[in-house]
Amino acid sequence: MSSAILVVGGGFAGLTAAIEAAELGHDVYIVEKTPFLGGRVAQLNKYFPKLCPPSCGLEIQFQRIRNNPRIKFFTLAEVTALSGSKGNYTVQVTLQPRHTAAHAVDLGFFASGLEGEAVNDFDFGLSTRKPLYKSAPFAFPSRYVLDPKSLTAADKAKAASCKFINLNEEARTIELQVGSIVVATGWKPYDVTNLSNLGAGTVKNCITNMQMERLASPYGPTAGKIVRPSDHVPPRRVCFVQCAGSRDQNHLNYCSYICCMASIKQCFYVAEALPDAHCDIFYIDLRAPGRYIKTLDKARASGKVSFIKGKVANVEQIEGDRVRVQAEDAVRGEKLTLDYDLVVLATGMQPSLSQENCPLPLPLDEEGFVMGGEEAGIFAAGCAVMPLDVTRSAQTGTAAALKAVQTVEGR
Amino acid sequence: MSSKIGVYFDAANIGGGLDVEALAAGVKAKWDSLVAVVRVFPVLAEQAQSIVKDIEDNGLDGVLICGASPRQDVELYRFPVLTERVNLREQCVLSYEDPLGNGLVPGQPAPELLVQLATDYINMGVVKLQKGSLPDSAALEKGVRRILVVGGGFTGLTAAAEAAASGYEVVLVEKTDRLGGAVNNIPTGSPLQGPWEDKESTNLAERIAAVEQNPKITVYMSSTVAKLAGQPGQYTLTLNTPEGEKTLEVGSAVVAAGWTPLDPKYMEAMGLGVSPKVMHAAEFGKQFLAGKITARRIAFVLDTTLAEEAAAKQKAEAEAEAQAAEQAAEAAPAEAPAEGEEAVFVKQNLESIEHLRYSNAVNSVGMLRLANTVCEKTNDVTQCYVLYKDMVVPGILERFYRKMQDRLGLMMTKADVTSIREEGDHMVVSCENTLLGMDFDLDCDLVVVPTGLVPVSAKEAIMQFEYRQGPDFPDLDLFDGYLDSNYICFPYETRRTGVYAAGCVRQPMTLDGCLQDARGAVLKAIQAIECAEHGVAVHPRSGDRTYPVFNFVRCTQCKRCTEECPFGALDDDEKGTPKPNPARCRRCGTCFGACPERVISFANYNIDQIGSMIREVSVPKDFKNEGPRILILACENDAYPALDMAALQGHTWSPYVRIIPVRCLGSVNAIWVSDAMSKGYDGVMLLGCKYGDDYQCHFVKGSELCARRMTNIAETLNRLGVEPERVEQFELAIDEAHCVTDMIDGFVKRIEQMGPNPFKAM
Repeated sequence: MSSAILVVGGGFAGLTAAIEAAELGHDVYIVEKTPFLGGRVAQLNKYFPKLCPPSCGLEIQFQRIRNNPRIKFFTLAEVTALSGSKGNYTVQVTLQPRHTAAHAVDLGFFASGLEGEAVNDFDFGLSTRKPLYKSAPFAFPSRYVLDPKSLTAADKAKAASCKFINLNEEARTIELQVGSIVVATGWKPYDVTNLSNLGAGTVKNCITNMQMERLASPYGPTAGKIVRPSDHVPPRRVCFVQCAGSRDQNHLNYCSYICCMASIKQCFYVAEALPDAHCDIFYIDLRAPGRYIKTLDKARASGKVSFIKGKVANVEQIEGDRVRVQAEDAVRGEKLTLDYDLVVLATGMQPSLSQENCPLPLPLDEEGFVMGGEEAGIFAAGCAVMPLDVTRSAQTGTAAALKAVQTVEGR
Repeated sequence: MSSKIGVYFDAANIGGGLDVEALAAGVKAKWDSLVAVVRVFPVLAEQAQSIVKDIEDNGLDGVLICGASPRQDVELYRFPVLTERVNLREQCVLSYEDPLGNGLVPGQPAPELLVQLATDYINMGVVKLQKGSLPDSAALEKGVRRILVVGGGFTGLTAAAEAAASGYEVVLVEKTDRLGGAVNNIPTGSPLQGPWEDKESTNLAERIAAVEQNPKITVYMSSTVAKLAGQPGQYTLTLNTPEGEKTLEVGSAVVAAGWTPLDPKYMEAMGLGVSPKVMHAAEFGKQFLAGKITARRIAFVLDTTLAEEAAAKQKAEAEAEAQAAEQAAEAAPAEAPAEGEEAVFVKQNLESIEHLRYSNAVNSVGMLRLANTVCEKTNDVTQCYVLYKDMVVPGILERFYRKMQDRLGLMMTKADVTSIREEGDHMVVSCENTLLGMDFDLDCDLVVVPTGLVPVSAKEAIMQFEYRQGPDFPDLDLFDGYLDSNYICFPYETRRTGVYAAGCVRQPMTLDGCLQDARGAVLKAIQAIECAEHGVAVHPRSGDRTYPVFNFVRCTQCKRCTEECPFGALDDDEKGTPKPNPARCRRCGTCFGACPERVISFANYNIDQIGSMIREVSVPKDFKNEGPRILILACENDAYPALDMAALQGHTWSPYVRIIPVRCLGSVNAIWVSDAMSKGYDGVMLLGCKYGDDYQCHFVKGSELCARRMTNIAETLNRLGVEPERVEQFELAIDEAHCVTDMIDGFVKRIEQMGPNPFKAM
């Protein structure tokens, strides 16, 4: 029997669950697949509705982790096997090598001297990164990670001589004993290549909402300048396409909860950076639940955003790398053809477990959301269950922590 | 008070051409017996065991780690003695910029200004240890393991059951004579689990029975909270019950007081209260359950524009009236309460038309649910029309919406509803801009309009705190009366430690949200008891064992600390002497920032300690040749990390500044500014969070209070003949690392132009 708790996923829901349980006196293990904690929110520039930086809340969470010996976290780690039962699980975790020292050494200078470059997934392909990198300045743990695949031969020789790099480090497996499990595996942006009518990712100046977050971020590919990817020119006419792949039986059969608010927020990014720019938002329904409606009011009052009820039928690249949008004004019943400098697809959230082999005995629905698992002492939180915003992710993370704690205490 | 200190240098994380051995020798020479051990390690992270051994062998009572920022590798340097870090990497070497604006030249020995900078920081670190100590305990002897749940609706019942399942006793207080709250009037519930397509039974009877039969739960019906006094772990609760007052001990509380329907007067334009054939959704549910709904054509109107426009017009008229009244009243101003007289608490009624708008999602889901139930019960003989402007069914509940679209008796369209009126024996709803390609008048027997969920907290002081700062939660107007958190990341934060809100009193939410919310709030309530028992702080300084200690001998009962504490942690006696409640305290230090007599301190953070660190800096007399010295007091939660990140990204700044992290700008005591000025510093920068309605301060008011205190500081400086411009507060968010250089170097430049502090030569 173990009173420890496993949290799978180190995004905001997982961090919240782990920290809240640990602050009740439980040993908690966080298993995170990527090299850093923080999950999707680390890639966001600001949160709606306050337009405050996600790193602000993450810093507090990381402080709580740093100061709490009960929390142990593993990055580059995945659960590869699970045995036992509620109250008494043995979890096998496979740790991929980080290839760098297990403490904070500033390898920034060394990294900048390497030749290799790889596509930066953190920026959704809008930039490249060095083989030795941190995802963001506030990345936690604040330790570089080495991706040996993108090292050149010369880099390899250099890396071999650095005493804080170990090219020979290998994957290893550990076992953890836990009594209950919180699954907070989160979400991934819906793959735009599935959206053939919206350019399928091939239209140069048609980006996704997550790419827009990176463009607006001071740590992003353009140091926060909102520009067209093709020529780095600031756009004057920007279009947001809501429900790009959401609320659609051919793609995601649900609403992704945050996209309306995210686009409104991104209109504020544009308005602040580019006072002359104007944004159009094409939507099916404007979903600004609860007090978020005040943010919608603010966007309406700004005069810099037009809202058009109607679905976008087609997006294509035209002369000058502009983007032509064909849409229907649902109220007037008119077909519209409009040209923009930049188009942002408000793509939705797909559960990370969709089309993945999940080592946990979890019932998933057809889209990959967790449904159930409680009887086995496994509690899902955050966007693994349904699309949520940050505050509701924190809410469900806290709730899952309670259930996980009850499971290990109520024996 | 560390008296035997070990100083450790982490050479791998210093660099910059600094002669680390020389720095080490300097420490030994200066501090002599105070510093018992000085060691330089090439990679300190690999030598944590050596430090442990030194602590044991030499009886060290303080450890100073000189290397990377204190935000790095914390887990490697956990020792049983007081431990401090000197940030020689980020805020010294990496950020070093010479007075001409150039960075360091690799391979060159460190310039003199960098050596001075490092030396100052190391000496400040030693003093910090010397003036600090490990906290003793503020743990309660025994925390009361009983949780108060206010409200016996769906959220409250869930919270009570969950708290009991976690092993805690529960006191459930319900204002009415019936458990179940608003859910009593819900024929069926919205989906509570995957696949999120189907209506769900609320299982209310079972939920009520489970609570009533649970031996750990005591239910008080027709009762309200009369008084809550004390602190987490040991509150004294007084209830108004039908049998009279009842006093109980509780450890913490969950507020699930729910909502009341918006006053129909706000919705007259939609026909509510005007025609008997118009009712709001909650009332409709109630009538339906009572079998009183016979209508066969029902319009569910989600578009609330009519009510909103009427309210806007009324508001404009009322404002004009108020303005006129104000002008008339100008001659005779209201009498201010006499000095020393306590203002009587008056609950401001925050109910407004906005509550209708904020209830959009709950009503969208709710109307679909109701229409579905009606269709189901009548085999789709009843025709239901749902008229919406935006169908706000966010997230996974889209699946429920989609399923409802297939319902035979249910017709939905987007529509701007321009009038709702009675004509003969039926109702007419005029619709424009519909998706049907035409405007139309819909004839129906009954119109159902949305219910505005007005949180009980908007109209009542639910908890009746017997606190110095009054019986209610502060600043509820920021959240339109909802008992919500200001923090996106931390939804359960209230400004009253140990009391957590859940359900529709916090935000309008559907049943699935209430279920989660109840659990989350229960966890926080349990945590508050546990933390009080262990004498540690709750979020955000979770686990902090320090707490404010008062030296009452010098207290002048000025009440500033009791008034300014953002969490209302301090009560006072008749004379005004503060009465601390450590379990209510979040350890931000705002109280000691406020105290003019400097009677408040924390074991490892106090006025003398920071003052001594300020004075420890070597300030040159020769302003022209050796440059100014500028003190930066930086909020450790946001500004300080921003400085770290700026340095790691290659931003540099003037070598004339000395940075000291503070727990919050609210903890900045004016004496520190005086200390700096009398020591000869030429300027002081205060770096804190954004403030205003969307404040980012983790302690609510820190930077705002600091800004207010600045006025007093400016007056004092003026009196002393020092230009007030020498002290300036800046807002620096954690993601503004790219602004740091301009902010600091700009200030340094202004100071250089201003010339030396007139006190410098004294």
